[in-house]
Amino acid sequence: MSAPGPTAAGPSTASVVFALLRKELRVELRTLESVPAMSLLAVTTFVLFHFGLNRGRVDGDLAAGVLWVTLLFASMLAINRLFVADLEQGGFDGFLLAPVSRSALLLAKAAALGVYLVALELVAVPAFALLLLGPSIGGALPGLVASLALADLGIAAVGTLVAALAVRTRARDLIGPLVALPLLIPVLLSGARLSAPLLAGGGPGPLAGRWLATLALYDLVFGLIAYAVFDFLLED
Amino acid sequence: MAAIEIAGLARHYGERAALDGVSLDLDAGQTLAVLGPNGAGKSTLLRVLGTLLRPHRGTVRVLGRSLPEHAYAVRGRIGFVGHDALLYRELSGQENLLFYARLYGVGPERVRELIETVGLGPRAGDPVRTLSRGVVQRLAVCRAVLHRPELLLLDEPLAHLDPAALELVAPLIGPPTGCTRVLTSHDPARALEEADLVLALRGGRVILLDRPGILDAAGVRELYR
Repeated sequence: MSAPGPTAAGPSTASVVFALLRKELRVELRTLESVPAMSLLAVTTFVLFHFGLNRGRVDGDLAAGVLWVTLLFASMLAINRLFVADLEQGGFDGFLLAPVSRSALLLAKAAALGVYLVALELVAVPAFALLLLGPSIGGALPGLVASLALADLGIAAVGTLVAALAVRTRARDLIGPLVALPLLIPVLLSGARLSAPLLAGGGPGPLAGRWLATLALYDLVFGLIAYAVFDFLLED
Repeated sequence: MAAIEIAGLARHYGERAALDGVSLDLDAGQTLAVLGPNGAGKSTLLRVLGTLLRPHRGTVRVLGRSLPEHAYAVRGRIGFVGHDALLYRELSGQENLLFYARLYGVGPERVRELIETVGLGPRAGDPVRTLSRGVVQRLAVCRAVLHRPELLLLDEPLAHLDPAALELVAPLIGPPTGCTRVLTSHDPARALEEADLVLALRGGRVILLDRPGILDAAGVRELYR
């Protein structure tokens, strides 16, 4: 046995996060458990709204509300599944046995959830524009992308925290949305307020700085909370 | 020097005591065989020593560090084989080992070496879900020793292994390693052969802590009643 053992300094947090994220995305690519389900739910919801609202096209406040509520509900599917493979296949114990920072798991899971959300939005936003949105989405895209990016950070932080909390409970499919959705109301509110002028019938209006700042502050606060309490959620 | 020092250890699951008043010392390089019927507390003891469970009462020192306060300091020095293989089913055996190697700061050459040692070469790229339980167990052993641990916690490590596989994993987790070892087994005769000290549990309590030589076949049978 001549090969070297662990390095003296141990692995860096960045390399551990990268290893965890790579594993996460590899498992998702092979199982396709989260992203396809999220996308399908979003597209189906838009179709239902299309018929349920009894109008072919929406704009402004209504369009923003439909888009953000749909994205939030779709994100719940990924949040609920985020730690399931780790729990069922022993990955939790495998990780806890390793001499690495617990925060690496938070960062990797939040990053993975962020990737799933972006993948969802790449499907859902064009589908929304095609099925429901009255005005052309072209002019609204830069502002919409900015608000979605900020919202994704918040959803990833809160979603990872709630997923870690819920996964060890018997009713995790219920606990996840029950805890996450109220916590995500500020994201819904800010996102919808930001998007409403962008999706208005008379052409896109300006981004409201106040709501952008609210989203950024939300991301910061919940990012810090998640970082502070995540270790305790993993402990026995 | 004692590798494991336990005094008055208790651990509960709700109202049920899984371990109650367990005390023992084990010197470095020695092997402790933990025997007892199902539900005696064997796996719980190993999980406490592995830092996966906190003691609810008593003191536990592993490799000179007290738990759970200094769990972080000993995790990289412990190898754990549990009932679950701790492997992702959708990943191949090699991908699983490379993933854990990164968590322990171990290079890929160690993974290749272990795959060769346990004879997994041709199947190392197959998803774990397609492998037999015996092959998965060989992978679980590789995962546990990737980082050359000083202390091996082995919960039924030879389960599902055929005689040929037993020979392959022996150099990794058997007495030749020179590691301190705590092992449980459904094959008490084999466990006693390798043990320097035997601990028998029943209902979480110690019913025997002595040299293995004092146990004959009837004594072993009595432990499982």
